[in-house]
Amino acid sequence: MPKSIAKLVDVQKTYLMGLVTVQALRGISLDINEGEYVSIMGPSGCGKSTLLNLLGCLDRPTSGHYYLGELDVSKMDDDALSEVRGKRLGFIFQSYNLIQQLTVIENIEVPLFYQNISPSVGRKKATEFANRVGLENRLHHKPFELSGGQQQRVAIARALVNEPLVILADEPTGNLDSKSGVEILQIFDELHSQGKTIIVVTHDENIAKRAERTIRLRDGMVESNTRNR
Amino acid sequence: MELKTETRQRDEESEISPFKDLLIIFMPDHIIRIFQLALKSLWLHKLRSLLTILGIVFGVCSVIAMLAIGEGASYEAQEQIKNLGSQNIILQSVKPPEEQKISGAAENFALDYGLKYSDLKRIRATIPGITIIVPGRIVREYIWNATRRVDGEIVGTVPWYPEMRNQRVIRGRFFSEVEMDYSANVCVISSDTAQILFPISNPIGKEVRVGGTYYRVVGILESQKVTKSSTDVSPQKATVYRIFIPLNTARARFGETILKRRSGSTEVERVELHEATVKVSDPKLVVSVSQSINTLLKRGHKKKDYEIIVPLELLKRAERTKQIFNIVLGSIAAISLLVGGIGIMNIMLATVTERTREIGIRRALGAKRRDIVTQFLVESVMLSGTGGLIGVLFGITIPFMVTAFANMKTIITLWSPLLAFSISALVGIVFGLYPAIRAAKMDPVEALRHE
Ligand SMILES: Nc1ncnc2c1ncn2[C@@H]1O[C@H](COP(=O)(O)OP(=O)(O)OP(=O)(O)O)[C@@H](O)[C@H]1O
Ligand SMILES: [Mg+2]
Repeated sequence: MPKSIAKLVDVQKTYLMGLVTVQALRGISLDINEGEYVSIMGPSGCGKSTLLNLLGCLDRPTSGHYYLGELDVSKMDDDALSEVRGKRLGFIFQSYNLIQQLTVIENIEVPLFYQNISPSVGRKKATEFANRVGLENRLHHKPFELSGGQQQRVAIARALVNEPLVILADEPTGNLDSKSGVEILQIFDELHSQGKTIIVVTHDENIAKRAERTIRLRDGMVESNTRNR
Repeated sequence: MELKTETRQRDEESEISPFKDLLIIFMPDHIIRIFQLALKSLWLHKLRSLLTILGIVFGVCSVIAMLAIGEGASYEAQEQIKNLGSQNIILQSVKPPEEQKISGAAENFALDYGLKYSDLKRIRATIPGITIIVPGRIVREYIWNATRRVDGEIVGTVPWYPEMRNQRVIRGRFFSEVEMDYSANVCVISSDTAQILFPISNPIGKEVRVGGTYYRVVGILESQKVTKSSTDVSPQKATVYRIFIPLNTARARFGETILKRRSGSTEVERVELHEATVKVSDPKLVVSVSQSINTLLKRGHKKKDYEIIVPLELLKRAERTKQIFNIVLGSIAAISLLVGGIGIMNIMLATVTERTREIGIRRALGAKRRDIVTQFLVESVMLSGTGGLIGVLFGITIPFMVTAFANMKTIITLWSPLLAFSISALVGIVFGLYPAIRAAKMDPVEALRHE
């Protein structure tokens, strides 16, 4: 029986904007297994990013439970959430989100720094992951000297360097041309074949199809949850 | 199965992590990293960082320079006071204020005021443990023994001159209180003088002549080695030939009256003693002795025609003045550093806003709130610390230049650069804390969405 790695039980997220409350998520229950490749789709404003932020422990649900592995994340304090993010999760954003004043290798080292891994060990590890995404010739470049695709590959290396349980990507190819987009997706496929758990938010049906399962949201609720293969 | 064991291990790690984090803080590698990172961020805005640093530089360097100049000035004042002798009490004759009015009206009027020789005798008799030093009246005159003569100094002094100066009477005795009281024509001659005037005979009981007056020699005093200035090469001049006669005798023979001419009227003043110094053997008793002297003198003088100066008290007063000066200086320093600190806070707030997204990224990648606080605090402390360091360098240089160009004494005490530097570092912490906390309090999701 496959092991559950991320489990949401009736999760709600409400934003308070002045006097108006916005219900971004209205009771979502999900189960994502270890090694699964899941895509999340839905129209703009349906709550995809909100859901991914919750899955990524960047935010806490207003109500409901979220179990990451065997940890109940919905009850954790800020420090504990930081710890979980640093140790168990890897983020890939649409706008890459690299730190501009740091070089490629230094960007990849950032998560290791917060795990108090010694700089020499960290450098070795970061170089290894930079090589894995084909950036061995760009280690000491600044992000603005790289193409979008290269920047996103730096972000992937950075997401992988801590060997997370789950990789979360919010429209990872949104800012890329189709060629570099495909390159990124190939890396995802490769990671999936190595047994990584991947959750991708996308607007693109073709990208969604590459995943094993697609979860469709509408108005903060799960509309459908179907296997692609 | 494999993953399960891995997760277990991770949990154990996270359980011990609070202690691990504390240990890691002291890891030199980690600290170097934090500093490198801060340096990189500050380097990104060179001009901005430089201007912020300048704010602290001026604060710190003015503190050190002003302290050094103040310290130098008060040192000089204290040296002057110390030269008077901290064990001494100085008694001076002053013209009583009421008499000044009267003398202004009168035409020719002899004014008698001031300390009397009898005052000193009374003080000497009443208060133990003191030596009273009276500056001798010195007159240059030829001293004759028949046809032999020497160009010498006639010193009018008190009977306790030998003990006061620590000089030994070699032969005979020093003149007595009685001889002093009766202005007797007696004298004590120095051994050098005795050698010249009485080369073969015993001078005791013989007489020497000064002007038209004969003085009977009662004793020989060991000669004092007078150190003359090094430019004076002539060996004869190195020895001063002296004879000592009672002060009262000297006054009677050589006069003590001071004539002053003042807008038409001639003023005649008579002062028996202009000044005397009371040396107290126990420095702790100086103040109480001065009080006893005051009560003693008050009894003998109807008007306040004398003054008691206690250098020790002046010294204490000077120290108090210095303390007040330091407090004033401290406030000025505090204000200038406050201004520098506000500059730092301003810049750090701008930095935090500018780097909101970076903060969001770091938080997403596992940075805890305290990591963010540390990052920004190190930056602000680096700004203020660098400013402090440069300020200390300038602050040490400026007093040297002041000494060189303005010929003013300056003293840099060890604590002043240390203090100024630690305050500047503290300013970095205090004024960096709020922006750093603000950075750490940001919501990661909001921060990531920030443009
Ligand atoms: N911080 C917030 N405060 C208030 N409302 C919010 C906040 N974040 C999200 N929302 C609201 O929650 C809803 C879901 O937003 P979300 O960003 O998750 O949409 P999305 O599915 O990612 O859309 P898109 O495809 O355009 O990225 C929206 O209606 C949005 O206005
Ligand atoms: Mg979105």
